[in-house]
Amino acid sequence: MIEAATNTENVIEIKDLRIGFGDMQVLDGLTMELRKGENLVVLGKSGTGKSVLIKCIVRLLKADSGMINIMGDEVNSMKYEELEDVRRKIGFLFQSGALYDSMTVRQNLEFPLKRMKEKISDEEIQTKIKEALENVGLPDAIDKMPSELSGGMRKRISLARTIIVDPAIMLYDEPTTGLDPVTSHEISLLINDIQKKYKTSSIIITHDIECARTVANRLIMLQEGKVYKEGKLDEFENTDDALVNSYFQSNNSRNPKEL
Amino acid sequence: MKKPITKIKTYARRKTEGLTDETINRKNSFQKFLIDVADVFMFVATVFKNTFARGFEFKEFTKQCFQIGNKSLGLISVTGLIIGLVLTIQARPVLVDFGAVTMLPGMVTISIIREMGPVITALICAGKIGSSMGAEIGSMRVTEQIDAMEVSSANPIKFLIVPRILAATLMLPLLVLYADALGILGGWLAANIKGDVSFILFITQAFGDVEFGDLFPAIIKTFFFGLVIGMVGCYKGFNAGRGTESVGIAANSAVVMSSLLVIIVDLIAVQITDII
Repeated sequence: MIEAATNTENVIEIKDLRIGFGDMQVLDGLTMELRKGENLVVLGKSGTGKSVLIKCIVRLLKADSGMINIMGDEVNSMKYEELEDVRRKIGFLFQSGALYDSMTVRQNLEFPLKRMKEKISDEEIQTKIKEALENVGLPDAIDKMPSELSGGMRKRISLARTIIVDPAIMLYDEPTTGLDPVTSHEISLLINDIQKKYKTSSIIITHDIECARTVANRLIMLQEGKVYKEGKLDEFENTDDALVNSYFQSNNSRNPKEL
Repeated sequence: MKKPITKIKTYARRKTEGLTDETINRKNSFQKFLIDVADVFMFVATVFKNTFARGFEFKEFTKQCFQIGNKSLGLISVTGLIIGLVLTIQARPVLVDFGAVTMLPGMVTISIIREMGPVITALICAGKIGSSMGAEIGSMRVTEQIDAMEVSSANPIKFLIVPRILAATLMLPLLVLYADALGILGGWLAANIKGDVSFILFITQAFGDVEFGDLFPAIIKTFFFGLVIGMVGCYKGFNAGRGTESVGIAANSAVVMSSLLVIIVDLIAVQITDII
């Protein structure tokens, strides 16, 4: 676990968030906050609404009711056209990476930079691309197509594309899913590096307890659309709660560094 | 569990305040149909708004023109040539019976320019372009690439949809003109199977009978064919559901719907031309 963030200023505040699909209520009055500079890990079984939560934060899904306040802006009631400024503050790493298949790595990284409101020169764009690729440890992949990259490399490039616009908040949707333990650990360390270098506040959705152990300043567990438990890692690891215990014990693998 | 109405979720829902799953699921099928129609109109309105907004994606537009225009040339060449050949081979015996074989070039050319060229080319393009747009944009939806564009504040309508629709609208008339030319060439080749007509004579006779009123409405309607094919392909892809299955559904329904709309637009165009 990395050194705990002590800042109590909230960058995201969510109150009584509800969203359902058909007859199924996925989020049912969820209330939580993300503090400035912290890595908040969100745990929970599949279908408890973890991914839906972060999609509501960036308004890829509109919640049925509730409040999502991001650095002073109320996102859920905001008009669609006004979302652009809020989304600029947020980086979103998709589970699949979501790299643009028809573009090279360079073009993928250029894409958000060339569409920013503030125009920047081509030289500056290329400098930022090189810097972002070096930060994720893949400077040589610049002219490759996404289909030529491995799963771990795709995640790294996707991360580079996200951080290249200097977001204040990072949302990671299962960043280590589908990766081998060593690569998963590398991605987890990268999340910590990004927190330090870019001073980001992050929500990390994961099933991977090793990833949670590596990156978390604080954790919450979702159950039935609400926050079931919230606290530091040691509170989760030393609890009598059967649900939390079953989750941690079933995922109790060794740290890849010890392998 | 009722299935979520993904189409409404992905597009219209975000645009329509208060239109939640709960309210949609209470509607009957006719009301849901009206919501679908509203969804299409909102898509079309958003596309038009973004077409004239600042920051036109010119590079993507030229790329799409190349994809749609240049890469369809082979298929259109074969089709155009065969239309001309078949029309002439079929029409010749009838005209010979009536002693009107000199009218063959004019008849074939007018048929090709007014109807066969535009409609056959548009139907071929509905299959080729419509399916590729539906599948490409649908797979981008499924693999969250469109979501990734949205969250990075890039407007996917402006980048993906507008250039494709404009390219289809602009390229289809050019492809139709090309198909018409090859159709006339095919007509001349077929006329020489059982007769002996020089190319100059064939062309002179052909265009002696063609008037501006034959060519102009035919060209105008091809712009609408292109617009319909681009719009339907992009709409179906953009509103594809989740999962690989929906990519196939998007591609398939794009072809079916755009082919049908091409025929309907043709009927409307013919009626309007007739009135004028």
